Amino acid sequence: MFSSKIFLESFEPLMWAARYTLLVSGLGIAVGLVIGALICMASMSKSGFLRGFAAVWVSYLRGVPMLVQLLVVYYLLPVIGIDVPAIVAAVGTTAIVASAYISEIWRGAINALPKGQAEAAVAIGMAPGDVWRRVVLPQAVSLSLPALINELILLVKASSLVSVVGIMEITRASQAQAGSTFRPLEVYLAAACVYLAINLCLAALGRYLEHRMAV
Amino acid sequence: MELSIFAHYWPMLLKGFGMTVLCWILGTGFGMALGLIIALIQRYSIAPVRWLVQVYVEIIRGTPFLVQLFLLYYGGPMVGIRLDPLPAGIVGLTIYGSPYFAEIFRSAFRAVPTGQIEAARAIGMSEPTIVQRILLPVGLVSALPALVNFSIILTKETVILSIITVPELLYQTQRMSTETFRYLEANLVLALFFWVFVEIISRIGRRFERRITHYLIERP
Repeated sequence: MFSSKIFLESFEPLMWAARYTLLVSGLGIAVGLVIGALICMASMSKSGFLRGFAAVWVSYLRGVPMLVQLLVVYYLLPVIGIDVPAIVAAVGTTAIVASAYISEIWRGAINALPKGQAEAAVAIGMAPGDVWRRVVLPQAVSLSLPALINELILLVKASSLVSVVGIMEITRASQAQAGSTFRPLEVYLAAACVYLAINLCLAALGRYLEHRMAV
Repeated sequence: MELSIFAHYWPMLLKGFGMTVLCWILGTGFGMALGLIIALIQRYSIAPVRWLVQVYVEIIRGTPFLVQLFLLYYGGPMVGIRLDPLPAGIVGLTIYGSPYFAEIFRSAFRAVPTGQIEAARAIGMSEPTIVQRILLPVGLVSALPALVNFSIILTKETVILSIITVPELLYQTQRMSTETFRYLEANLVLALFFWVFVEIISRIGRRFERRITHYLIERP
């Protein structure tokens, strides 16, 4: 029968493992934001080559399952002579997958801004760099915040896949725990609760931001 | 690069691909049906039932698919749910997809103009008839792009079933690579294959959408 003792005891190792989940998804989105910004710039640039590159980047990363990408990166790195711990492959894959979605989020946010804003800034004599820095980007960033929180929630869930390459995050830790206690039901339920707690917090943050950003 | 392994292993991979497609179609179909039921419950049922359904939706959307699969496949036998990998995978996909489909249907139902439903009531249609004649036909059309989109997302989730040993494409690819020690080639080719596959079905999906919604959705 259901053993609440084992259920409750599972929380301790899982909470401990949660830092890897948060590390992979948090670092993944942080690096993804930078790459995503570059891809977004490439997709809006005048050069056809850059636009094509961005299109292929986004299409590949959104068209291939993340688990497959993770395995490709994991097995590719040693072949090209880069010997790094699995965690780098995990964060790297998460970051490039996130970058594809983030670049689309930002492109959408920039396109959603009224054109008059940038035109007005140019009309009163702002330099092109200033137009971006002072008018377009601040508004685009705040417009895109709720979508970015959503992406972060997706990444927290996707980070369960990096258990496959041996990162001791929540899912991997719960597999180990289930193996040693022979009580998979309780342990995986506990794991689900930990994920749910993280994601409900993030969702609340998202709602708060959405409320604050509402014009 | 050693691509000759594919010459030897292609029948196994083809079988795996068939399994992927089977899981995808069944998971999407059942998931959509369950999603529709959930959306109808959320619209018509009494408040306590609605809350329960809402809790289900939040839980499924807030937990990773992999953990749900583990719960079902490894935890299920402890409460008497004994499933083989394939049925467990299909049930898992159904459960995982249902809240997303439910949300799609819910917003589509909300997009049906209230006037049409009021008009139907005014001429004396019963609620079930309204669902059948007004809500579903009008709602489904506006839901179609999102439904196609999410169905495509589900193709990519099917590879996760390999972890609970459903013999789909990734599972077979991994078997091939452990037998030949060719991990990189196998996974690289699998990635390219999925890219092409997803690209093709999303094009077909968009074309299908355009055809169905041709006269119903205003296009710029």
